[in-house]
Amino acid sequence: MSNKPIPHAKSAAEWIEKEDHYTFHDERLWDMRQKRDEQMHLLPEWQDLREQASRLKEHTLAHLPHYLEQFEENARRNGIHVHWARDGAEHNRIVESLLKKHNKTSIIKSKSMITDECEMREYLEPRGYSVTETDLGERIQQLDGQMPSHVVVPAVQKLTGDVAQLFAKYYDTDPASDDPHELAEAQRIAARPALLTGDTGMTGGNFLVAETGTFVVCTNEGNADLSANLPDLHIATLGIERLIPRMADLGVFIRLLSRSALGSPITQYTTHFRKPKKGGEMHVILVDNGRSDRLAMDDFWSSLKCIRCGACMNTCPVYRRSGGQSYGAVYSGPIGAIIDPTFNAKKFSTLPFASTMNGSCTNVCPVKINIHDQLYKWRQVLAERHEIPFVKRALMKMAGRLLAQPALYRLSISGAEVALKTVPRFALYNYFNQWGKHRELPHPVKETFHSWYKKNRLNKEKGAEKEETEA
Amino acid sequence: MKIGLFIPCYIDAFYPKTGIATLELLEKLGQNAEYPMDQTCCGQPMANSGCSPDAKMTEELFVRNFAKYDVIVAPSGSCVHHVRDHFDAMEQTADVRHVRQNTYELVEFLHDVLKVRDFPWAEFPHRVGLHNSCATLRSLRTASMSELGEPFFSKPKTLLSAVKGISFATPKRPDECCGFGGTYSVTEEAVSAKMGLDKVTDHHEAGAEYIVSADTSCMMHQQGCAERNGVPIRFIHIAEILNGAKA
Repeated sequence: MSNKPIPHAKSAAEWIEKEDHYTFHDERLWDMRQKRDEQMHLLPEWQDLREQASRLKEHTLAHLPHYLEQFEENARRNGIHVHWARDGAEHNRIVESLLKKHNKTSIIKSKSMITDECEMREYLEPRGYSVTETDLGERIQQLDGQMPSHVVVPAVQKLTGDVAQLFAKYYDTDPASDDPHELAEAQRIAARPALLTGDTGMTGGNFLVAETGTFVVCTNEGNADLSANLPDLHIATLGIERLIPRMADLGVFIRLLSRSALGSPITQYTTHFRKPKKGGEMHVILVDNGRSDRLAMDDFWSSLKCIRCGACMNTCPVYRRSGGQSYGAVYSGPIGAIIDPTFNAKKFSTLPFASTMNGSCTNVCPVKINIHDQLYKWRQVLAERHEIPFVKRALMKMAGRLLAQPALYRLSISGAEVALKTVPRFALYNYFNQWGKHRELPHPVKETFHSWYKKNRLNKEKGAEKEETEA
Repeated sequence: MKIGLFIPCYIDAFYPKTGIATLELLEKLGQNAEYPMDQTCCGQPMANSGCSPDAKMTEELFVRNFAKYDVIVAPSGSCVHHVRDHFDAMEQTADVRHVRQNTYELVEFLHDVLKVRDFPWAEFPHRVGLHNSCATLRSLRTASMSELGEPFFSKPKTLLSAVKGISFATPKRPDECCGFGGTYSVTEEAVSAKMGLDKVTDHHEAGAEYIVSADTSCMMHQQGCAERNGVPIRFIHIAEILNGAKA
């Protein structure tokens, strides 16, 4: 994996130039945020639900080993095989060994962020296995060789015209016909044979229930149910933080998940998997991949509460205006910006800076992750580790020294012609060049407040005192 | 009550009118306000860039300048948020704690501490769009936040409603960040400027002649975006309207 910092600002600038994409993307996601608000207003207990969800997740994370073992024991009792993967590589080897053991070669797969995180397709495909994404958005991204743009709507950065051109390459459809129904139908026609011939089904999962040893998958297209149930072998991959203690806790999360994500009361399908079908096998792979390390980070552990609803992305004015691809990561948007640096602090060092720190993400988060506070803290951590550009570091050091010395500071901005002409050179060159690309500079003024105050208050007071003494 | 007036660097250099209006307004309200001459900045630009250690000396200077006052008032929500919530790099002495606990943004000082509701000298016969900075909205909480679905309240609007002749335009996305974000405005200038343009366009389309805010930094950015793109809208700090500016 390349370690070069992701050029978020540059990619975002290019994205903005595509006016039709930009407008659609911003408005589509803003609409999801609006629908989320409507659902929130329908539930007077919304803030209580968020508080409960947050506490449940915090409790579970504080007792993670206990609940993981409880899940494992109960799942085994149900007849599910449970595997533990320390990282993505181990996960992929487990999947491969299961395929080998059962002589399987073709996977039909529903959307799961964690298999993308493990780079499973990249591992399996060169080894002769076929992996077919069955979620429409995820399939579009697979055909285009791109990572998901969004955790819930993976291809949201594409217009129907883009999809029409992409499908034409693979599905023998008309590249000029961008009717969404026709496109969905083309995908359906292409997916059905794959679903019927695929010999292994893979899914992700939204929740692991410790008490029952079951797991729950929430989808809208029904493709996860087909993927899981048609073949005899079902492999489900879930991160260890998907746990909740009891079935009774599930309702809190189900009520929040789709309302936060899409603004719909519930997903079309909420499927509980308990045991393999007759004659089949069911495997659950529990993946760590850095999660235990994150749990040990004082400032960042609570990001593990995330239920992957994408509400923070929908509300984020920067994400909406830069597109998911600009984050160069499996997880984009505000949640990505605080999770990704735990995987690779150098590569993702730019992401915590891809924010105005407006705080809207924290307010919509259904499990109350303090996302914008963590962005601020990541900036401190990254600067301390020298993972911010040298020029910026030098600039901040200079600014820090200048602003700590009033006399020097005054010298640097004073003089007859204030403001723009006499702003310190470093500020002028490093800042206003960028400032001025798409904006006008502030207008020059005759005098600073400082000098006005001196003339109109301090000197007047002195003058008045003088008059008094003379009188 | 002795007030220390904090005039942030960009107001000092680019918008002295706002600083003057703040001082005159406090004086009209019978307050004893003083501007310590050795002040520079609150340290936010460095800290927001991740460089808290570089902000430390500036923050210490701030405390030395202002610890002697009963309260510190600034016409900038963003700077007050930094002083109150992020003055963490230095040792938390009694002076530091005093400054953190007693620094107020102008609107909250007028609304919550002085509890002023009348500005008989103020008249502003214009349609204005109110811009709440993210710092005033989500940190200082001077207005309700749309994400939480809380009952509507707005301290700046309550104050402005006492001004003769004023009327309000309602943009489609009143809570949306304008994209300034301090150093963000230059590190991601394209997204920042686009957000600014979207923001001023939203206000303009809602019929606002002026954008009024308690944060000059947001408006400096928005003004730059509006002027570059020919969006006909003007900008004024809330202190100026409350102090009786006519336009």
